[in-house]
Amino acid sequence: MSQDLALLEEVTNSDYKYGWVTDIEQEIIPQGLNEDVVRLISAKKNEPEFMLEWRLKAFRDWQKMKEPRWANVHYPPVDFQAISYYAAPKSSEAPKSLDEVDPELLRTFEKLGISLAEQKRLTGVAVDAVIDSVSVATTFKSKLAELGVIFCPMSEAIQEYPDLVRRYLGTVVPTNDNFYAALNSAVFSDGSFVYVPAGVRCPMELSTYFRINAANTGQFERTLIIAEEGSYVSYLEGCTAPMRDENQLHAAVVELVALDRAEIKYSTVQNWYPGDKDGKGGIYNFVTKRGICQGYKSKISWTQVETGSAITWKYPSVVLKGDESIGEFYSVAVTNNLQQADTGTKMIHIGKNTRSRIVSKGISAGKSQNSYRGLVKINKSAAAARNYSQCDSLLLGDTCGAHTFPYLEVSHSGATVEHEATTSKIGEDILFYCNQRGIDTEEAVALIVNGFSREVLNQLPMEFAVEAQKLLAISLEGSVG
Amino acid sequence: MLSIKDLRAAIDGKDILKGLSLEVKPGEVHAIMGPNGSGKSTLASVLAGREEFEVMGGSVEYQGTDLLDLAPEERAREGIFLAFQYPVEIPGVSTANFLKASLNEIKKHRGEEPIDAIEFLQMMKSKLRLVEMDGALTKRSLNEGFSGGEKKRNEIFQMAMLEPSLAILDETDSGLDIDALRIVANGVNQLRSDANAFVVITHYQRLLEYIVPDFVHVLSDGRIVKSGGKELALELEEKGYDWIKQEAAASPAVDAV
Repeated sequence: MSQDLALLEEVTNSDYKYGWVTDIEQEIIPQGLNEDVVRLISAKKNEPEFMLEWRLKAFRDWQKMKEPRWANVHYPPVDFQAISYYAAPKSSEAPKSLDEVDPELLRTFEKLGISLAEQKRLTGVAVDAVIDSVSVATTFKSKLAELGVIFCPMSEAIQEYPDLVRRYLGTVVPTNDNFYAALNSAVFSDGSFVYVPAGVRCPMELSTYFRINAANTGQFERTLIIAEEGSYVSYLEGCTAPMRDENQLHAAVVELVALDRAEIKYSTVQNWYPGDKDGKGGIYNFVTKRGICQGYKSKISWTQVETGSAITWKYPSVVLKGDESIGEFYSVAVTNNLQQADTGTKMIHIGKNTRSRIVSKGISAGKSQNSYRGLVKINKSAAAARNYSQCDSLLLGDTCGAHTFPYLEVSHSGATVEHEATTSKIGEDILFYCNQRGIDTEEAVALIVNGFSREVLNQLPMEFAVEAQKLLAISLEGSVG
Repeated sequence: MLSIKDLRAAIDGKDILKGLSLEVKPGEVHAIMGPNGSGKSTLASVLAGREEFEVMGGSVEYQGTDLLDLAPEERAREGIFLAFQYPVEIPGVSTANFLKASLNEIKKHRGEEPIDAIEFLQMMKSKLRLVEMDGALTKRSLNEGFSGGEKKRNEIFQMAMLEPSLAILDETDSGLDIDALRIVANGVNQLRSDANAFVVITHYQRLLEYIVPDFVHVLSDGRIVKSGGKELALELEEKGYDWIKQEAAASPAVDAV
């Protein structure tokens, strides 16, 4: 028994495989946050007046707000004055092709297994690479432009398409929505902007790799995706970050807008540094993601595979406003060692005949705590709304915890709401059984975890499903006792 | 094939096996019988490598190597199969996927290529027939929601798929009705060959009417106290275990054949 435990511990405690620091000259502004910093960020990005005002309003709101404490996570208070709110690689001109990109950066991407050149050539995935706040390479732009699809860094969209930005930014997640959303609105440095015109089916997966690279720089991504009538877009976001001793704050905001009959599929593979096995270091991930099914028969689908971050606080949500609109949330959240995750979704039914589906798979190992928190709200107006929720927990060993907090607010008697939940524990009996069939402990955990997560992994585009599967195995290497 | 000499094992500081010896040659079927608590299942667990059991002394040689030196998965890859008394349920992993992973690990160990999908399906089909098992079960999570009989049949199905050199059946007959017992026994009989061997642990003589053993050993208080041919099982059925216990108390332990 003790040998088995020791082996499990050994594999569980394996080092984070994406930990390194890219040595690039960076421009970093001094730590601290005040109106001048907000003005400086806006000025650095040469933003129009309306953006500065928008940011300042958010900043003033933020000053009046308190850090939320209701989540089932525990950490020392964040010193928001000890963070630098802007870091940009020093090369000033935006590169026009991959050849112009800093080779050091390209090597970073290669280490992550995403060679832009390779992807460009082989997979047809357009990649908008974000490294510490500033986009450094954008591919496939011209091909997308032919169809009228806009896929560019948010900072560029503010310059090039101010009307669209002004019309939609902050409409799904208002600047004063919550503490972190307000902070993000005030200081966001960059992110992605996607606009798909009416009737266009985006021919490729749009993909962004975020990476937090400089020490003590918070990263505040802002993403906005607009799908016009009858359009379709699939967007992928993948994240890895290098090893750090200091906790790093990440507070992103993602807004999705789907108009009549439009469909947005948003997939995330998140692998930020979770901290070491003693809980030292790691990313604080406080994210606000929300989409609105604005139009009739529109659809928004969130899929997430969350394996990283020391603390995750994230609830990708859908506001089902259009009649017959559909919201989906598929999630695998893995916590190991001392990681804490409080994640789930909100499905807000407003329109008639709206449907939502929640499939949440929580996997806990080590001494971690994994919470599902979900709200299904059926408004008075939402006649014949339907929700199906399934929350499954898998416990690896007996020192971790899984928690489920489902909230239901039903104000229409014609609603159908179903909730199913299961908890399974992978203990020594199961592992020994696998061993006896020639499957070692590490392989057994991978097999079980992949089986458990299959329903969610199936939602990911093929190449990312494979990557996610590997990531699950890496994150959990032998974490059972 | 298997040579157990003076094996002593304990769990939680309590001695269970107290000097057990047994020789198994290829092509042989050995039945291990004995009263509750005599150490039958402990023997199975120790051979499979369960770590709760501490080996206190003695040796186990399997195909010329020191078995006790190998990790459980290495033993399995070397051809040792344990049909569990209480098969576990594995959520999310179908029997088919599980067996494929298992089979490929064994193949990898032998330096062979992984099995291809079509070959695997054909193999499953023929082995399912052997144990009269419904193919739909292989698509469900391993043993999840299976009846007791289905679980036991699934063990024999896995054994048929993995084609072990040495199969240990740990009270596979317990909880089986007569039809299931016949099916399980039939599966085992069809797998018998000159190259493999079986150690069948059972509480009752009934199973041995279907799986006819070459040798019957009686385990009592952690040692084999009597060995004989298949007729010994009948004698036990008639006289009960007390007879053996009394005989054992009167004379020193008998080593196995």
